[in-house]
Amino acid sequence: MNYALDWSVIPEAMPFLVQGMLLSLGLLAASLLGGLALGIGLALMRLSPHRWVSGAATVYVSVFRSIPLVLAIFWFYLLVPLLIEAVRGTFTPIGPMYSAFIAFVAFEAAYFCEVIRAGILSIRPGQTSAALALGMTRAQTMRHIVLPQALKVMTPLILTKAIIIFQDTSLVYVISVSDFLGAATKIGQRDSRLIELYLFAGAVYFVLCFAASKCVDIYTQKKRAAA
Amino acid sequence: MNYDWNWAIFFARTFTGVGRYADWILSGLALTIGIALVAWMVALVLGVLLGVARTLPWRPVRVVAATYVELFRNIPLLVQLFFWYYIAPVLLLPQTLQDDLNAAHPVLVQTATAVWCLGLFTAARVCEQVRAGIQAQPPGQFNAGFALGLRRSQVYRHVILPMAFRVIVPPLTSEFLNVFKNSAVALTIGLLELTAQSRQIGEFTGHIFEAFIVATALYFLIAQLIAWLMARLERRLRLPGAEVHR
Repeated sequence: MNYALDWSVIPEAMPFLVQGMLLSLGLLAASLLGGLALGIGLALMRLSPHRWVSGAATVYVSVFRSIPLVLAIFWFYLLVPLLIEAVRGTFTPIGPMYSAFIAFVAFEAAYFCEVIRAGILSIRPGQTSAALALGMTRAQTMRHIVLPQALKVMTPLILTKAIIIFQDTSLVYVISVSDFLGAATKIGQRDSRLIELYLFAGAVYFVLCFAASKCVDIYTQKKRAAA
Repeated sequence: MNYDWNWAIFFARTFTGVGRYADWILSGLALTIGIALVAWMVALVLGVLLGVARTLPWRPVRVVAATYVELFRNIPLLVQLFFWYYIAPVLLLPQTLQDDLNAAHPVLVQTATAVWCLGLFTAARVCEQVRAGIQAQPPGQFNAGFALGLRRSQVYRHVILPMAFRVIVPPLTSEFLNVFKNSAVALTIGLLELTAQSRQIGEFTGHIFEAFIVATALYFLIAQLIAWLMARLERRLRLPGAEVHR
Protein backbone atom coordinates (compact mmCIF):
# COMPACT_ATOMS: atom_id res chain seq x y z
CA MET A 1 0.00 0.00 0.00
CA ASN A 2 1.48 3.32 -1.03
CA TYR A 3 -1.18 5.65 0.27
CA ALA A 4 -0.95 7.02 3.80
CA LEU A 5 -4.39 7.16 5.36
CA ASP A 6 -4.98 10.23 7.49
CA TRP A 7 -8.10 9.97 9.64
CA SER A 8 -7.71 13.38 11.26
CA VAL A 9 -10.03 14.89 8.62
CA ILE A 10 -13.02 12.99 9.98
CA PRO A 11 -13.44 14.75 13.37
CA GLU A 12 -13.10 18.14 11.70
CA ALA A 13 -15.71 17.19 9.13
CA MET A 14 -18.15 15.92 11.77
CA PRO A 15 -20.56 18.88 12.02
CA PHE A 16 -21.09 18.95 8.24
CA LEU A 17 -21.40 15.14 8.10
CA VAL A 18 -24.02 15.17 10.87
CA GLN A 19 -25.99 17.78 8.92
CA GLY A 20 -25.76 15.52 5.87
CA MET A 21 -26.96 12.53 7.88
CA LEU A 22 -29.95 14.53 9.12
CA LEU A 23 -30.85 15.31 5.53
CA SER A 24 -30.52 11.61 4.58
CA LEU A 25 -32.81 10.69 7.47
CA GLY A 26 -35.18 13.47 6.44
CA LEU A 27 -35.38 12.03 2.94
CA LEU A 28 -36.08 8.62 4.45
CA ALA A 29 -38.84 10.02 6.69
CA ALA A 30 -40.43 11.90 3.78
CA SER A 31 -40.28 8.81 1.56
CA LEU A 32 -41.92 6.72 4.27
CA LEU A 33 -44.66 9.16 5.26
CA GLY A 34 -45.33 10.76 1.88
CA GLY A 35 -44.64 7.58 -0.08
CA LEU A 36 -46.96 5.51 2.11
CA ALA A 37 -49.74 8.11 1.99
CA LEU A 38 -49.52 8.44 -1.79
CA GLY A 39 -49.01 4.68 -2.08
CA ILE A 40 -52.23 3.98 -0.17
CA GLY A 41 -54.06 6.38 -2.49
CA LEU A 42 -52.60 4.67 -5.55
CA ALA A 43 -53.44 1.21 -4.18
CA LEU A 44 -57.06 2.23 -3.64
CA MET A 45 -57.12 3.67 -7.16
CA ARG A 46 -55.73 0.42 -8.59
CA LEU A 47 -58.45 -1.55 -6.83
CA SER A 48 -61.16 0.82 -8.04
CA PRO A 49 -63.85 -0.67 -10.31
CA HIS A 50 -63.59 2.37 -12.62
CA ARG A 51 -61.32 1.47 -15.48
CA TRP A 52 -59.89 4.96 -15.94
CA VAL A 53 -59.03 5.35 -12.29
CA SER A 54 -57.34 1.96 -11.98
CA GLY A 55 -55.70 2.40 -15.39
CA ALA A 56 -54.15 5.74 -14.43
CA ALA A 57 -52.72 4.27 -11.22
CA THR A 58 -51.40 1.23 -13.10
CA VAL A 59 -49.60 3.42 -15.63
CA TYR A 60 -48.10 5.54 -12.85
CA VAL A 61 -46.85 2.50 -10.98
CA SER A 62 -45.46 0.65 -13.98
CA VAL A 63 -43.60 3.69 -15.30
CA PHE A 64 -42.02 4.52 -11.95
CA ARG A 65 -41.17 0.90 -11.27
CA SER A 66 -39.35 0.49 -14.57
CA ILE A 67 -37.10 3.56 -14.52
CA PRO A 68 -33.92 3.96 -12.45
CA LEU A 69 -34.24 6.16 -9.34
CA VAL A 70 -31.40 8.26 -10.77
CA LEU A 71 -33.51 9.10 -13.83
CA ALA A 72 -36.51 9.91 -11.61
CA ILE A 73 -34.32 12.27 -9.57
CA PHE A 74 -33.21 14.01 -12.77
CA TRP A 75 -36.83 14.23 -13.98
CA PHE A 76 -38.01 15.98 -10.82
CA TYR A 77 -34.91 18.17 -10.72
CA LEU A 78 -36.06 19.36 -14.15
CA LEU A 79 -39.82 19.47 -13.54
CA VAL A 80 -40.26 20.88 -10.04
CA PRO A 81 -38.90 24.38 -10.81
CA LEU A 82 -41.04 24.48 -13.98
CA LEU A 83 -44.16 23.45 -12.06
CA ILE A 84 -43.52 26.09 -9.43
CA GLU A 85 -43.04 28.64 -12.18
CA ALA A 86 -46.29 27.56 -13.81
CA VAL A 87 -48.16 27.89 -10.51
CA ARG A 88 -46.62 31.12 -9.22
CA GLY A 89 -46.01 32.78 -12.56
CA THR A 90 -42.44 33.77 -11.78
CA PHE A 91 -39.25 31.77 -11.79
CA THR A 92 -38.28 30.88 -8.21
CA PRO A 93 -34.98 29.10 -7.66
CA ILE A 94 -35.59 26.66 -4.79
CA GLY A 95 -32.49 24.49 -5.04
CA PRO A 96 -32.26 20.79 -5.80
CA MET A 97 -33.16 19.65 -2.27
CA TYR A 98 -36.93 20.11 -2.65
CA SER A 99 -36.85 18.34 -6.00
CA ALA A 100 -35.08 15.45 -4.30
CA PHE A 101 -37.77 15.20 -1.61
CA ILE A 102 -40.56 15.20 -4.19
CA ALA A 103 -38.73 12.67 -6.36
CA PHE A 104 -38.38 10.24 -3.45
CA VAL A 105 -42.02 10.54 -2.39
CA ALA A 106 -43.25 10.04 -5.97
CA PHE A 107 -40.85 7.18 -6.70
CA GLU A 108 -41.30 5.20 -3.49
CA ALA A 109 -45.08 5.64 -3.63
CA ALA A 110 -45.10 3.36 -6.68
CA TYR A 111 -43.39 0.61 -4.69
CA PHE A 112 -45.59 1.10 -1.61
CA CYS A 113 -48.67 0.98 -3.82
CA GLU A 114 -47.79 -2.58 -4.82
CA VAL A 115 -47.02 -3.59 -1.23
CA ILE A 116 -50.28 -2.17 0.10
CA ARG A 117 -52.33 -3.57 -2.74
CA ALA A 118 -50.93 -7.02 -1.97
CA GLY A 119 -51.71 -6.40 1.72
CA ILE A 120 -55.32 -5.41 0.97
CA LEU A 121 -55.79 -8.45 -1.28
CA SER A 122 -54.41 -10.70 1.47
CA ILE A 123 -57.24 -9.74 3.85
CA ARG A 124 -59.98 -12.35 3.61
CA PRO A 125 -63.10 -11.11 1.77
CA GLY A 126 -65.19 -12.24 4.74
CA GLN A 127 -63.82 -9.26 6.68
CA THR A 128 -65.27 -6.84 4.14
CA SER A 129 -68.56 -8.73 3.95
CA ALA A 130 -68.86 -8.70 7.74
CA ALA A 131 -68.17 -4.97 7.95
CA LEU A 132 -70.68 -4.21 5.21
CA ALA A 133 -73.23 -6.43 6.93
CA LEU A 134 -72.74 -4.34 10.08
CA GLY A 135 -73.84 -1.32 8.09
CA MET A 136 -70.45 0.26 7.46
CA THR A 137 -69.98 2.09 4.20
CA ARG A 138 -67.29 0.95 1.72
CA ALA A 139 -65.03 3.82 2.84
CA GLN A 140 -65.47 2.98 6.52
CA THR A 141 -64.77 -0.68 5.83
CA MET A 142 -61.54 0.20 4.05
CA ARG A 143 -60.44 2.69 6.71
CA HIS A 144 -61.33 0.81 9.89
CA ILE A 145 -61.22 -2.86 8.90
CA VAL A 146 -59.16 -3.63 5.82
CA LEU A 147 -56.35 -1.02 5.76
CA PRO A 148 -55.21 -1.42 9.40
CA GLN A 149 -54.90 -5.17 8.91
CA ALA A 150 -53.21 -4.79 5.51
CA LEU A 151 -50.62 -2.38 6.92
CA LYS A 152 -49.95 -4.73 9.83
CA VAL A 153 -49.39 -7.68 7.51
CA MET A 154 -47.02 -5.63 5.38
CA THR A 155 -45.02 -3.98 8.20
CA PRO A 156 -41.96 -6.28 7.87
CA LEU A 157 -41.78 -5.61 4.12
CA ILE A 158 -42.16 -1.86 4.67
CA LEU A 159 -39.41 -1.85 7.30
CA THR A 160 -37.04 -3.81 5.05
CA LYS A 161 -37.81 -1.38 2.25
CA ALA A 162 -37.04 1.52 4.60
CA ILE A 163 -33.46 0.25 4.94
CA ILE A 164 -33.12 0.11 1.15
CA ILE A 165 -34.59 3.61 0.80
CA PHE A 166 -32.09 4.90 3.36
CA GLN A 167 -29.27 3.49 1.21
CA ASP A 168 -30.87 4.89 -1.94
CA THR A 169 -31.00 8.42 -0.52
CA SER A 170 -27.28 8.52 -1.32
CA LEU A 171 -28.29 8.83 -5.00
CA VAL A 172 -29.18 12.52 -4.53
CA TYR A 173 -25.43 12.83 -5.04
CA VAL A 174 -26.24 13.12 -8.78
CA ILE A 175 -27.90 16.53 -8.28
CA SER A 176 -25.24 17.64 -5.74
CA VAL A 177 -27.46 17.62 -2.68
CA SER A 178 -25.46 17.42 0.57
CA ASP A 179 -26.92 14.30 2.10
CA PHE A 180 -24.51 12.17 4.15
CA LEU A 181 -22.62 10.89 1.11
CA GLY A 182 -22.82 14.28 -0.61
CA ALA A 183 -21.34 15.96 2.47
CA ALA A 184 -18.57 13.34 2.64
CA THR A 185 -17.81 13.91 -1.05
CA LYS A 186 -17.64 17.68 -0.71
CA ILE A 187 -15.27 17.56 2.25
CA GLY A 188 -13.23 14.79 0.66
CA GLN A 189 -12.77 16.82 -2.49
CA ARG A 190 -11.93 19.99 -0.59
CA ASP A 191 -9.29 18.30 1.57
CA SER A 192 -8.13 15.76 -1.06
CA ARG A 193 -9.10 13.03 1.39
CA LEU A 194 -11.84 11.29 -0.59
CA ILE A 195 -10.56 7.82 0.31
CA GLU A 196 -10.83 8.35 4.07
CA LEU A 197 -14.24 10.00 3.78
CA TYR A 198 -15.71 7.33 1.51
CA LEU A 199 -14.37 4.54 3.76
CA PHE A 200 -15.85 6.29 6.77
CA ALA A 201 -19.18 6.89 5.02
CA GLY A 202 -19.32 3.24 3.96
CA ALA A 203 -18.65 2.12 7.53
CA VAL A 204 -21.37 4.38 8.93
CA TYR A 205 -23.93 3.17 6.38
CA PHE A 206 -22.96 -0.41 7.14
CA VAL A 207 -23.30 -0.07 10.92
CA LEU A 208 -26.67 1.70 10.69
CA CYS A 209 -28.18 -0.61 8.06
CA PHE A 210 -26.82 -3.78 9.65
CA ALA A 211 -28.20 -2.83 13.07
CA ALA A 212 -31.54 -1.83 11.54
CA SER A 213 -31.85 -5.05 9.55
CA LYS A 214 -31.11 -7.13 12.68
CA CYS A 215 -33.86 -5.21 14.53
CA VAL A 216 -36.28 -5.91 11.67
CA ASP A 217 -35.34 -9.61 11.82
CA ILE A 218 -36.03 -9.77 15.56
CA TYR A 219 -39.32 -7.90 15.14
CA THR A 220 -40.41 -10.22 12.32
CA GLN A 221 -39.53 -13.33 14.31
CA LYS A 222 -41.42 -12.07 17.36
CA LYS A 223 -44.40 -11.31 15.19
CA ARG A 224 -44.29 -14.74 13.60
CA ALA A 225 -44.02 -16.38 17.02
CA ALA A 226 -47.02 -14.39 18.26
CA ALA A 227 -49.14 -15.31 15.25
CA MET B 1 -45.00 26.66 -20.51
CA ASN B 2 -43.36 27.78 -23.72
CA TYR B 3 -41.10 24.88 -24.47
CA ASP B 4 -40.06 24.37 -28.06
CA TRP B 5 -40.75 20.70 -28.76
CA ASN B 6 -38.65 19.22 -31.52
CA TRP B 7 -38.69 15.47 -31.91
CA ALA B 8 -36.57 15.69 -35.06
CA ILE B 9 -33.63 16.57 -32.82
CA PHE B 10 -32.65 12.88 -32.64
CA PHE B 11 -31.98 12.89 -36.37
CA ALA B 12 -29.88 16.03 -36.30
CA ARG B 13 -26.12 15.78 -36.64
CA THR B 14 -24.42 15.87 -33.26
CA PHE B 15 -22.52 18.79 -31.84
CA THR B 16 -19.25 17.06 -32.74
CA GLY B 17 -20.34 16.44 -36.33
CA VAL B 18 -19.98 12.68 -35.97
CA GLY B 19 -23.22 10.68 -36.18
CA ARG B 20 -26.67 11.75 -35.01
CA TYR B 21 -28.15 12.18 -31.54
CA ALA B 22 -30.13 8.98 -32.03
CA ASP B 23 -26.76 7.20 -32.18
CA TRP B 24 -25.97 8.52 -28.71
CA ILE B 25 -29.23 7.06 -27.40
CA LEU B 26 -28.49 3.74 -29.09
CA SER B 27 -24.95 3.56 -27.74
CA GLY B 28 -26.25 4.39 -24.26
CA LEU B 29 -28.91 1.71 -24.57
CA ALA B 30 -26.33 -0.83 -25.76
CA LEU B 31 -24.09 0.00 -22.81
CA THR B 32 -26.96 -0.25 -20.31
CA ILE B 33 -28.01 -3.63 -21.68
CA GLY B 34 -24.43 -4.89 -21.98
CA ILE B 35 -23.46 -3.92 -18.43
CA ALA B 36 -26.68 -5.32 -17.01
CA LEU B 37 -26.41 -8.67 -18.80
CA VAL B 38 -22.76 -9.32 -17.93
CA ALA B 39 -23.28 -8.17 -14.33
CA TRP B 40 -26.30 -10.48 -14.14
CA MET B 41 -24.16 -13.46 -15.23
CA VAL B 42 -21.64 -12.64 -12.51
CA ALA B 43 -24.43 -12.23 -9.97
CA LEU B 44 -26.12 -15.51 -10.92
CA VAL B 45 -22.97 -17.63 -10.74
CA LEU B 46 -21.68 -16.07 -7.53
CA GLY B 47 -25.15 -15.81 -6.01
CA VAL B 48 -25.93 -19.49 -6.55
CA LEU B 49 -22.57 -20.53 -5.08
CA LEU B 50 -23.12 -18.30 -2.05
CA GLY B 51 -26.74 -19.41 -1.67
CA VAL B 52 -25.67 -23.07 -1.62
CA ALA B 53 -22.84 -22.19 0.78
CA ARG B 54 -25.36 -20.70 3.21
CA THR B 55 -27.21 -24.02 3.42
CA LEU B 56 -24.21 -26.36 3.81
CA PRO B 57 -23.64 -28.14 7.14
CA TRP B 58 -20.16 -26.57 7.54
CA ARG B 59 -20.16 -23.56 9.78
CA PRO B 60 -17.06 -21.71 8.45
CA VAL B 61 -18.47 -21.80 4.90
CA ARG B 62 -21.84 -20.53 6.12
CA VAL B 63 -20.21 -17.71 8.08
CA VAL B 64 -18.15 -16.55 5.09
CA ALA B 65 -21.22 -16.50 2.83
CA ALA B 66 -23.36 -14.74 5.47
CA THR B 67 -20.65 -12.11 6.01
CA TYR B 68 -20.51 -11.47 2.28
CA VAL B 69 -24.27 -10.96 2.14
CA GLU B 70 -24.38 -8.58 5.12
CA LEU B 71 -21.47 -6.55 3.78
CA PHE B 72 -22.86 -6.11 0.27
CA ARG B 73 -26.48 -5.61 1.30
CA ASN B 74 -25.89 -2.97 3.94
CA ILE B 75 -23.71 -0.52 2.03
CA PRO B 76 -25.31 1.72 -0.64
CA LEU B 77 -24.54 0.76 -4.24
CA LEU B 78 -23.11 4.21 -4.93
CA VAL B 79 -20.62 3.86 -2.06
CA GLN B 80 -19.63 0.42 -3.33
CA LEU B 81 -19.10 1.83 -6.81
CA PHE B 82 -16.91 4.62 -5.48
CA PHE B 83 -15.01 2.06 -3.45
CA TRP B 84 -14.19 -0.09 -6.48
CA TYR B 85 -13.46 2.87 -8.72
CA TYR B 86 -11.59 5.33 -6.51
CA ILE B 87 -10.41 3.44 -3.46
CA ALA B 88 -9.73 -0.23 -4.19
CA PRO B 89 -7.09 0.40 -6.89
CA VAL B 90 -5.16 2.81 -4.66
CA LEU B 91 -5.33 0.68 -1.51
CA LEU B 92 -5.27 -2.85 -2.91
CA LEU B 93 -3.25 -2.83 -6.14
CA PRO B 94 0.55 -2.55 -6.46
CA GLN B 95 1.85 0.61 -8.13
CA THR B 96 2.63 -1.10 -11.46
CA LEU B 97 -0.93 -2.35 -11.86
CA GLN B 98 -2.25 1.08 -10.91
CA ASP B 99 -0.13 2.59 -13.65
CA ASP B 100 -1.54 0.08 -16.11
CA LEU B 101 -5.07 1.03 -15.06
CA ASN B 102 -4.32 4.71 -15.53
CA ALA B 103 -2.89 4.03 -18.97
CA ALA B 104 -5.85 1.86 -20.05
CA HIS B 105 -8.78 3.37 -21.92
CA PRO B 106 -11.00 5.08 -19.30
CA VAL B 107 -14.23 3.70 -20.81
CA LEU B 108 -12.83 0.19 -20.51
CA VAL B 109 -11.90 0.69 -16.85
CA GLN B 110 -15.27 2.32 -16.08
CA THR B 111 -17.24 -0.44 -17.79
CA ALA B 112 -15.28 -3.21 -16.09
CA THR B 113 -15.68 -1.49 -12.70
CA ALA B 114 -19.43 -1.04 -13.20
CA VAL B 115 -19.89 -4.69 -14.19
CA TRP B 116 -17.78 -5.95 -11.30
CA CYS B 117 -19.52 -3.70 -8.76
CA LEU B 118 -23.07 -4.44 -9.96
CA GLY B 119 -22.29 -8.14 -10.19
CA LEU B 120 -21.00 -8.40 -6.63
CA PHE B 121 -23.81 -6.18 -5.29
CA THR B 122 -26.54 -8.22 -6.99
CA ALA B 123 -24.93 -11.55 -6.05
CA ALA B 124 -25.74 -10.87 -2.38
CA ARG B 125 -29.42 -10.46 -3.29
CA VAL B 126 -29.44 -13.50 -5.58
CA CYS B 127 -27.79 -15.49 -2.78
CA GLU B 128 -30.65 -14.75 -0.39
CA GLN B 129 -33.24 -15.80 -2.98
CA VAL B 130 -31.37 -19.04 -3.73
CA ARG B 131 -31.06 -19.78 -0.03
CA ALA B 132 -34.79 -19.19 0.46
CA GLY B 133 -35.50 -21.45 -2.52
CA ILE B 134 -33.34 -24.24 -1.09
CA GLN B 135 -34.83 -23.89 2.39
CA ALA B 136 -38.33 -24.04 0.91
CA GLN B 137 -37.65 -27.64 -0.16
CA PRO B 138 -38.93 -30.24 2.30
CA PRO B 139 -36.02 -31.91 4.20
CA GLY B 140 -37.31 -35.23 2.92
CA GLN B 141 -35.87 -34.29 -0.48
CA PHE B 142 -32.34 -34.30 0.95
CA ASN B 143 -32.93 -37.52 2.87
CA ALA B 144 -34.41 -39.25 -0.16
CA GLY B 145 -31.41 -38.20 -2.24
CA PHE B 146 -28.93 -39.49 0.35
CA ALA B 147 -30.91 -42.71 0.76
CA LEU B 148 -30.54 -43.29 -2.98
CA GLY B 149 -26.77 -43.15 -2.51
CA LEU B 150 -26.23 -39.67 -4.03
CA ARG B 151 -23.39 -37.52 -2.74
CA ARG B 152 -24.24 -34.07 -1.32
CA SER B 153 -23.10 -32.34 -4.52
CA GLN B 154 -25.31 -34.66 -6.54
CA VAL B 155 -28.31 -34.06 -4.30
CA TYR B 156 -27.89 -30.30 -4.84
CA ARG B 157 -27.37 -30.64 -8.57
CA HIS B 158 -30.05 -33.14 -9.44
CA VAL B 159 -32.68 -32.78 -6.73
CA ILE B 160 -32.62 -29.56 -4.73
CA LEU B 161 -31.43 -26.83 -7.11
CA PRO B 162 -33.74 -27.72 -10.03
CA MET B 163 -36.71 -27.45 -7.67
CA ALA B 164 -35.37 -24.36 -5.89
CA PHE B 165 -34.85 -22.47 -9.17
CA ARG B 166 -38.45 -22.97 -10.15
CA VAL B 167 -39.65 -21.49 -6.86
CA ILE B 168 -37.48 -18.38 -7.14
CA VAL B 169 -38.11 -17.33 -10.74
CA PRO B 170 -40.48 -14.48 -9.72
CA PRO B 171 -38.14 -12.86 -7.16
CA LEU B 172 -35.20 -13.34 -9.54
CA THR B 173 -37.19 -11.49 -12.19
CA SER B 174 -37.32 -8.41 -10.03
CA GLU B 175 -33.59 -8.69 -9.23
CA PHE B 176 -32.90 -8.97 -12.96
CA LEU B 177 -34.94 -5.79 -13.53
CA ASN B 178 -33.05 -4.10 -10.73
CA VAL B 179 -29.71 -4.77 -12.45
CA PHE B 180 -30.90 -2.75 -15.46
CA LYS B 181 -32.14 0.09 -13.28
CA ASN B 182 -29.08 0.04 -11.02
CA SER B 183 -26.74 0.26 -14.01
CA ALA B 184 -27.73 3.95 -14.25
CA VAL B 185 -25.62 4.54 -11.13
CA ALA B 186 -22.56 3.98 -13.36
CA LEU B 187 -23.03 7.49 -14.74
CA THR B 188 -21.44 8.77 -11.52
CA ILE B 189 -18.07 7.37 -12.60
CA GLY B 190 -18.45 8.90 -16.04
CA LEU B 191 -19.93 6.02 -17.98
CA LEU B 192 -22.28 7.19 -20.76
CA GLU B 193 -25.09 4.68 -20.36
CA LEU B 194 -28.69 5.42 -21.31
CA THR B 195 -29.52 7.97 -18.59
CA ALA B 196 -26.21 9.79 -19.01
CA GLN B 197 -26.57 9.93 -22.80
CA SER B 198 -30.06 11.38 -22.56
CA ARG B 199 -28.80 14.02 -20.16
CA GLN B 200 -25.91 14.80 -22.46
CA ILE B 201 -28.26 15.25 -25.41
CA GLY B 202 -30.31 17.61 -23.25
CA GLU B 203 -27.22 19.62 -22.42
CA PHE B 204 -25.99 19.86 -26.01
CA THR B 205 -29.34 20.58 -27.67
CA GLY B 206 -31.55 22.08 -24.97
CA HIS B 207 -34.14 19.40 -25.75
CA ILE B 208 -33.93 17.64 -22.41
CA PHE B 209 -37.62 16.66 -22.31
CA GLU B 210 -37.50 14.74 -25.58
CA ALA B 211 -34.30 13.03 -24.45
CA PHE B 212 -35.68 12.06 -21.02
CA ILE B 213 -38.97 10.88 -22.51
CA VAL B 214 -37.12 8.60 -24.92
CA ALA B 215 -34.91 7.23 -22.12
CA THR B 216 -37.95 6.65 -19.89
CA ALA B 217 -39.76 4.86 -22.74
CA LEU B 218 -36.74 2.63 -23.38
CA TYR B 219 -36.42 1.65 -19.72
CA PHE B 220 -40.15 0.94 -19.71
CA LEU B 221 -39.81 -1.30 -22.78
CA ILE B 222 -36.88 -3.17 -21.24
CA ALA B 223 -38.92 -3.79 -18.08
CA GLN B 224 -41.93 -5.06 -20.03
CA LEU B 225 -39.73 -7.28 -22.18
CA ILE B 226 -38.02 -8.83 -19.14
CA ALA B 227 -41.32 -9.38 -17.34
CA TRP B 228 -42.68 -11.11 -20.47
CA LEU B 229 -39.58 -13.26 -20.99
CA MET B 230 -39.41 -14.34 -17.36
CA ALA B 231 -43.13 -15.19 -17.30
CA ARG B 232 -42.56 -17.38 -20.36
CA LEU B 233 -39.55 -19.00 -18.70
CA GLU B 234 -41.61 -19.68 -15.59
CA ARG B 235 -44.35 -21.34 -17.65
CA ARG B 236 -41.88 -23.46 -19.59
CA LEU B 237 -40.10 -24.66 -16.45
CA ARG B 238 -43.31 -25.52 -14.63
CA LEU B 239 -43.55 -29.16 -13.61
CA PRO B 240 -46.93 -30.86 -13.48
CA GLY B 241 -48.00 -31.26 -9.85
CA ALA B 242 -45.11 -29.16 -8.45
CA GLU B 243 -46.75 -25.74 -8.51
CA VAL B 244 -48.06 -25.91 -4.98
CA HIS B 245 -44.82 -25.34 -3.01
CA ARG B 246 -44.63 -21.64 -2.27
